[in-house]
Amino acid sequence: MNALIVAGVLLVLLGVSYQTGWSKSRNLATANGVKVHSRPQYHGSYSAIWTMIPALVILLLWAWFGGGIARDYAVSQIPQDTLLALDQAGLNNALNRINALASGYGVAGDVAPWEQAAGSAVRSFNFLTFAGMLVLAVVAGGAGLVYARSRITARLRARNTVERVISLLLLACSGVAILTTVGIVASLVTEAFRFFTFINPIDFFFGTVWAPNNAGGANHGQYGLLPLLTGTLMITAIAMLVAVPVGLMAAIYLSQYAPRGFRAVVKPFIEILAGIPTIVFGFFALVTVGPFLRDFGNAIGLNINATSALTAGIVMGIMIIPFVSSLSDDILNQVPRSLRDGAYGLGATQSETIRNVLLPAALPGIVGAFLLAVSRAVGETMIVVLAAGNSPILRGNPFEPVSTITVSIVNQLTGDTDFTGPQSLVGFALGLTLFVVTLCLNIFALYIVRRFREQYE
Amino acid sequence: MDMLAGKIKTTSQNLDSAMNPTDMLDRQIRLTARDVTVHYGTKQALHGISIDIPDRAVTAFIGPSGCGKSTFLRCINRMNDTIEGAKVGGTIKLDGEDIYSPDLDVVELRARIGMVFQKPNPFPKSIYDNVAYGPRIHGLARNKSDLDEIVVSSLRKAGLFEEVKDRLQEPGTGLSGGQQQRLCIARAIAVGPEVILMDEPCSALDPIATAVIEELIDELRENYTIVIVTHSMQQAARVSQRTAFFHLGHLIEQGPTEDIFTNPVNKQTQDYIMGRIG
Ligand SMILES: Nc1ncnc2c1ncn2[C@@H]1O[C@H](COP(=O)(O)OP(=O)(O)OP(=O)(O)O)[C@@H](O)[C@H]1O
Ligand SMILES: [Mg+2]
Repeated sequence: MNALIVAGVLLVLLGVSYQTGWSKSRNLATANGVKVHSRPQYHGSYSAIWTMIPALVILLLWAWFGGGIARDYAVSQIPQDTLLALDQAGLNNALNRINALASGYGVAGDVAPWEQAAGSAVRSFNFLTFAGMLVLAVVAGGAGLVYARSRITARLRARNTVERVISLLLLACSGVAILTTVGIVASLVTEAFRFFTFINPIDFFFGTVWAPNNAGGANHGQYGLLPLLTGTLMITAIAMLVAVPVGLMAAIYLSQYAPRGFRAVVKPFIEILAGIPTIVFGFFALVTVGPFLRDFGNAIGLNINATSALTAGIVMGIMIIPFVSSLSDDILNQVPRSLRDGAYGLGATQSETIRNVLLPAALPGIVGAFLLAVSRAVGETMIVVLAAGNSPILRGNPFEPVSTITVSIVNQLTGDTDFTGPQSLVGFALGLTLFVVTLCLNIFALYIVRRFREQYE
Repeated sequence: MDMLAGKIKTTSQNLDSAMNPTDMLDRQIRLTARDVTVHYGTKQALHGISIDIPDRAVTAFIGPSGCGKSTFLRCINRMNDTIEGAKVGGTIKLDGEDIYSPDLDVVELRARIGMVFQKPNPFPKSIYDNVAYGPRIHGLARNKSDLDEIVVSSLRKAGLFEEVKDRLQEPGTGLSGGQQQRLCIARAIAVGPEVILMDEPCSALDPIATAVIEELIDELRENYTIVIVTHSMQQAARVSQRTAFFHLGHLIEQGPTEDIFTNPVNKQTQDYIMGRIG
């Protein structure tokens, strides 16, 4: 309700201020044929900016500090002796009850008279502060509007101001992305460090046994990363062995050989493959591919487990094909036609042209596509949960069950976790490891791209 | 009525002069095109082009933008095959052999008829590899020193060798525009073609680079059949022995370059050369 009112007030402010600036600008233009620097819509935007910014600042301040102030007020409404008798949890509970009463939802159980009194006090306090804040915001906005209106003259460079504000807005948005990344990494790092206060990093990074003691107690168990890391890398490698050749060749066929009509039909189909939820691929692995591989192994005298690194890797490779092919296709299409013509003009066949001219020119982009696919494979979870067998034991045979970093994170964090012991904190250490692996891959990708970039235009 | 008669007359005159052996001096005819038409989808871009192109001479195609010069040029080495929706009709013969016959090897044809494009398009490879590319795919060199020789002599013929001899392993894309265009010419020559097609080879170049390439064309004429598309009347006059004027997909007039420029038969040709259409 309150949010709706705020939004309504802001919208009205926006409309009024824009209209004011616009019409003042209009009058300037028609008054005596002077040349006005900016078009009316810029003056409208200009006064809207000057109005909205003060109003929004007030609202933001309220959003930031309002909660604390309201809480302090509610605490002050609790009688002194009751307050002293409450511990932290009790205080929170009391505040929740007061707020529930204030908002009119009511509470379970008997309501003490002081709770009732505090509830109605908080209710009127909330109403007053909300109204006050709203009035303040409108006044601030109005002041901004008056100022802006007085500034609007024929020579005012409103267009340039609007331009600057837009660029600041864009900067702020990219700032959000950066800050989120920084925040996530920071929380990963701090929690991972908490994990390392329980377990020696050397035992974690170089340990060969993964056996956490999830029951709790003095013995934490063993947290060796290596079995998980090899499992992850093995499955990723198998997935890439499947996805890269198939995806790349599909892309080459689609971009170079396929008639236009065929391409128009097939490309969306491949992209649908990318839209299938990974859990469905997991079923597919468990129900179809795993048993098939096992029977196939029996037929040729190999002992292949139904759930194994091979099963998970193959299915994950199939899942990644559309990434590789779709990205590579776009990249191949970006190679200038003149390069292809140059090769054809020398009497090169189509496949010679593709191998010698097209692929080298497209290489940086294609490598980028591969590494993107690798990052996906490393971070993929659902297929592995279902199809890899969840067996965190260090071994090099892809026909046997393995486990991966992602699966272990799932195992450690599902169920009741309180993030106080290494059993759950290890999730952050594993997440950090995963992050660093992907980061290294990306840096490596950039290096490759720089190293092998062959300039074309 | 009179005009129509005049038009028919000039057209037959054109064909006459094209067939006229004295006009060809003692040059042999390499390429003959008869009634060539091209459609892009449903749009007809060329209407019944008939022309003879002599050996060891430069033939210039001139005409306003969009009149079909490039389209006809691409017919000659079947580059139109690579354009989706392009349909070519009529016959084109190279030394009496129909280049559109089903059992002709297109890839081999393109090795015999080299092409230089409007914009320099060196491959993203070293200067050496750019020139060596054609000989490599056609197996023209038996060993490394053979290949070196082909590369060096092609670069020499293209007048580029002295400028790049110390940097053969550097990327071809790092050269200046004029150098890149000469590199592309060297690349075309390296395959040992009999005919060289050039589509506005100087349009991206400054006057000095243009002069170098024109000189080069003049030298190449001794050994090759050359067809060049150009928008510059002066260039056509300077480098070519024969000129063909295209307009709206029709071949309007063709003949020895001096005649076309000093004494054009057709009114449209005259207007174009005087700069009144285009
Ligand atoms: N790939 C194509 N698809 C469809 N139409 C085309 C294609 N290439 C050329 N055309 C059309 O064919 C006609 C002749 O084009 P062409 O490129 O041969 O002209 P041009 O004489 O070389 O012109 P310019 O001097 O500008 O290079 C033009 O009308 C053009 O729009
Ligand atoms: Mg052209």
